[in-house]
Parts: sequence; C-alpha cells; structure tokens
Amino acid sequence: MVKNIVIAGAGQAGAQAVFTLRAEGFSGAVTMIGEEPFAPYQRPPLSKAYLLGTFERDRLFLKPDAFYRESACELILGVGVRAIDRKAKAVALSDGRSLPYDRLLLATGTRVRPIRCPGAELAGIHYLRGIADVDRLRPALRKGKRLAVVGGGYIGLEVAAVAVKHGLDVTVFEAMSRVMARAVSRPVSAFFERLHRAAGVKLLLNTGVAAFEGSGRLEAVKAEGKSYPADLALVGIGVIPNMEIARNAGLPCEDGIVVDGNCASPADPAIFAAGDCTWHVGREGIALRLESVQNAIDQAKHAAYAMAGRPRPYREVPWFWSDQYDVKLQIAGLARGGDRIVLRGDLASRKFAAFHLRDGAVAAVEAVNAPSEYLVGRKLIAGGTRVAPERLADASVPMKNIV
Amino acid sequence: MPKIKYIDETGRERVVEVPVGWTVMEGAVKNLIPGIDADCGGACACATCHVYIEPPWLDKLPPKQEMEETMLDFSQDVRPNSRLSCQIKVTPELDGLVVRTPKSQH
Ligand SMILES: Cc1cc2nc3c(=O)[nH]c(=O)nc-3n(C[C@H](O)[C@H](O)[C@H](O)COP(=O)(O)OP(=O)(O)OC[C@H]3O[C@@H](n4cnc5c(N)ncnc54)[C@H](O)[C@@H]3O)c2cc1C
Ligand code: FES
Repeated sequence: MVKNIVIAGAGQAGAQAVFTLRAEGFSGAVTMIGEEPFAPYQRPPLSKAYLLGTFERDRLFLKPDAFYRESACELILGVGVRAIDRKAKAVALSDGRSLPYDRLLLATGTRVRPIRCPGAELAGIHYLRGIADVDRLRPALRKGKRLAVVGGGYIGLEVAAVAVKHGLDVTVFEAMSRVMARAVSRPVSAFFERLHRAAGVKLLLNTGVAAFEGSGRLEAVKAEGKSYPADLALVGIGVIPNMEIARNAGLPCEDGIVVDGNCASPADPAIFAAGDCTWHVGREGIALRLESVQNAIDQAKHAAYAMAGRPRPYREVPWFWSDQYDVKLQIAGLARGGDRIVLRGDLASRKFAAFHLRDGAVAAVEAVNAPSEYLVGRKLIAGGTRVAPERLADASVPMKNIV
Repeated sequence: MPKIKYIDETGRERVVEVPVGWTVMEGAVKNLIPGIDADCGGACACATCHVYIEPPWLDKLPPKQEMEETMLDFSQDVRPNSRLSCQIKVTPELDGLVVRTPKSQH
C-alpha cells in the first residue's frame, strides 16, 4: 500500500503531480519540498510579461495557497532535498530532517549553465531561471543602457525583445551560425533573425563570447578579438539538470534522470521523476531531455497515474511556444536532421509554418502566428499521418481539409 | 473588484472577485473553480481554458482575436458561446459576468 508520497522540487511538474494524485483519488499523505522560497510558479512569463513589468508576481503562482490546504499537501519551502536513502526509503533535507516515503517523485528541474570565461564573476552579469533572477534583472533594464545577451536561444531572444521595448541598446552574441539552432529549423531561425534586427537588436552570429571585462563591474564583452562596451549582460547558454541526488543514490542518469514510460526509475520502483530533470525515451524511440511546460505537466500526470496505481504510459506529442514581440512561435513534435522541410505561407507576412516530413508523415511543425497549422499539425503528428507535400505547401487549401 | 459567477458542470455556482486586468481564466484558477486546466498559463497556446459565456454577456466581451478563434475551432464541444477564458481581461464593465466551465478540457 502506498501511503506516503514525497515530491522533491516544487515547480511546474511538482504542482501538477499533487493535482493529478488527488484527482486520481490518492488519499495518502503528500509532501512537497521546494528549494526556492516560493510555492510552485510558472516560469514562461519570467522572460516575457513579468520581465516587461506588465504582470504582477501574484499572477505567477500556479495554484492558490488554498489548493495545497484543500489537497492536504504539506509544502516545505526554502528547504532542499540533499540525499536519498533508498534502503531506508527516506530523504534527508537541508534543515536536518529526514522524511520517509513510499513513493518519491523527483521534480527538481534544471539550473542555469554558468559561463566559464574570464570576468564571469563581474557585477552586472545576469542569468534567468527564477523569480529572484528577474527581481534583480528588471531594475537594471533602464533606458539607454547597453545590454549584451550571451546566447541566442529562446530565453536570450525573449529577453532581447523585452529589453528593446524598455529602450535598451541590445546586442545578442551567438556562437552558432543561427539563432535557436538547437530548437528550430533554418527558415524559422532566419525569420527570427530578421525580426530582431528590424526591432533594433544587433545580432552577432558566429560570435562566441571569450571574456567579460571591467573592474568589479561589467564594462565590456570581448568576442572574436573585439571589445563591445556593455553595462549589463544576460547569459542564456542552456541549463544543467538537477540530478545529483539521484546519481548519488545510484540511480541511472544520462543528461537527466533516466525514467521509463511510466516516469519510473528503471533501478527503483519506488522512485519516479518528471519534468526538465528527466531523460526519457520519446515516442520516436530516441532518448532525450525536454525542457517545456508540456513535458513537465504530462510527465507529472503519468508519474502520478503510476504512483496512484493506475499506470498509463507517456506518449504525448511534445509541444512548446515562445513569444517574441507580437510573434507567437508554436512547435509540436520533434524535428530531426534529414527531415524534409515544407514551408507553408509567406515569411514576409509574418504568418507561416515549417512542416517536417519523415518517411512521408508529419513529424514536427513550427508555426509562426499560424495556429491552424500548429493545431492540425499536432493532430497529424499524433496520428503519424502521411500528407502530400504539395498540398501542405498550398496555403489556399485550408488546414482543416489538408488530409 | 468585479464579481464573476462561475457555474461548473454540476451546476454549482461560485461568485468570486477578480482584479481588473486579470483574466477570467486566472479568476477561475486562483479560486479553485474546477474544469479549467490552463496548461500554458494564459499564452493562448494550449486551449485548455475553454468556457461557455452566458448568452446575455456574449456581446459585451471584446471580440476574439484570430489566435483564439482558431484555437477554439479545433477544441472539443465548441458552441457559439465558447471562449478561451485566458483571452478575456476583466474590466469594471464585466462586473456580474456569468461563465460556465466544462467537465474537463479533454
Ligand atoms: C525564463 C524561462 C522561460 C520559459 N519559457 C517557456 C515557454 O515559453 N514555453 C515552455 O513550454 N516552457 C518555457 N520554459 C520552460 C519551463 O518553464 C520548464 O520546462 C518548466 O518549468 C519545468 O518544470 P519542472 O517542474 O520540471 O522544473 P521547475 O519548474 O524548474 O521546478 C523545479 C523546482 O525544484 C527545485 N529544486 C531543485 N532541486 C531541488 C532539491 N534538491 N530539493 C528541493 N527542491 C529542489 C527548484 O528550485 C525548482 O523550484 C521557460 C523557462 C524559463 C526559465
Ligand atoms: S490558458 Fe492556454 S490557451 Fe488559455
């Protein structure tokens, strides 16, 4: 009998797990431990409306406090899980306590990857993962200041868009030959490059940052032999999964905590993991780590199903969005090198989609201000549906009639 | 603060105060009104905040933008009075608004 579930990490996945456990009728004890001093909150607005200042902190929280009370979930905040004793089935907390568990869910997310270069410790260099980071960064985003964004990924570009709106002079340094190279295809990168440049962002591609310069405070960014004056920097070069407690307990880890289709650790049937911290085999049979709200929510649901005794394997199509200026990018499925890319719509009209076909079937879609392409694409991916490329490319055929 | 009445699929009514500038979705989530998931947190990216507006209020709401319109087109159990609640900002004029929440979003 599972009487007592402990959740390590109070974020998107943790909160969803509490909700689903109760919805599934689990009536035992649920305790959630979170290192940050906040109840679970949404991170997406941190680099968007919350950074812009148009969204109050209260609105970030995923659930009201009453939810945890009514769900009889004990929230222990500002405290970290330091170790797992698998034999005793107990976790050791940073406040010295030890908590027993029947089932343990690791929902520890990720932390930012620190940049390693000379000057990395100077004042004025920021990262963005949590509320505390935004509360430091926002007051520094003052009109006329020069912001160096290191890394042209989602977070760097979303911050660049907000900073330009605040009237800063923004330069993005990207070491690769295109922005968001890990996440989107070439046409989509090219579209966003033009969008940012048109908004006044200086975008330096193939430009890796070698050092930060300044005495005590950041004064310049050194890249490709040149020195670029800067008042502040935002580093967004990726994240590291929080998996040390799992690894130290002998659980298999790759670039994330290894889980099976039910989000359980293959080495310990009492331990589950969900969200950004996991390494799982996706629906196409390739192991990977996903960083998205969708994956956090869906894995938490599936972990909860299994912990509540009614497992249903995780098969959802991954989806993601990003907002930059007034442009919404929506992605479903996972693109892969070698996919045939079919464009639909017109890049210049700021409304288009890139479909990725694999063996004739839609494997992924990237949609820019194109919700029907995104939504129908998602269904086609789920069904493994084959579609004629000419039809997909023909914007006069409504998406509803595409198959 | 404007008051909004949420009626869930069992017919249970709850009247709650929602700050001006918040969305009808947030009013539901913060007050534990069942039937709304709001997975994307209001980014108009998930369509899991679908509600039905009581007819007298339909015309008083700001019209749907294309993104919402399309997201709804592909939702389940769509009716003429369907809206995505995260796209409706609460204003003083919406004091008294009545919305119905579905059994579930899937
Ligand atoms: C700025 C920003 C913008 C984003 N924008 C988008 C977007 O537009 N769309 C999208 O789909 N996704 C976006 N994401 C990603 C999304 O927020 C994450 O995928 C999601 O939060 C993952 O949820 P999680 O529960 O796995 O981890 P988290 O939400 O990070 O929660 C993990 C929590 O566990 C805590 N923790 C870690 N170790 C321990 C420990 N040992 N003991 C106790 N607690 C611990 C952490 O402090 C943290 O609070 C964004 C992320 C960021 C940072
Ligand atoms: S909350 Fe996701 S579309 Fe409304």
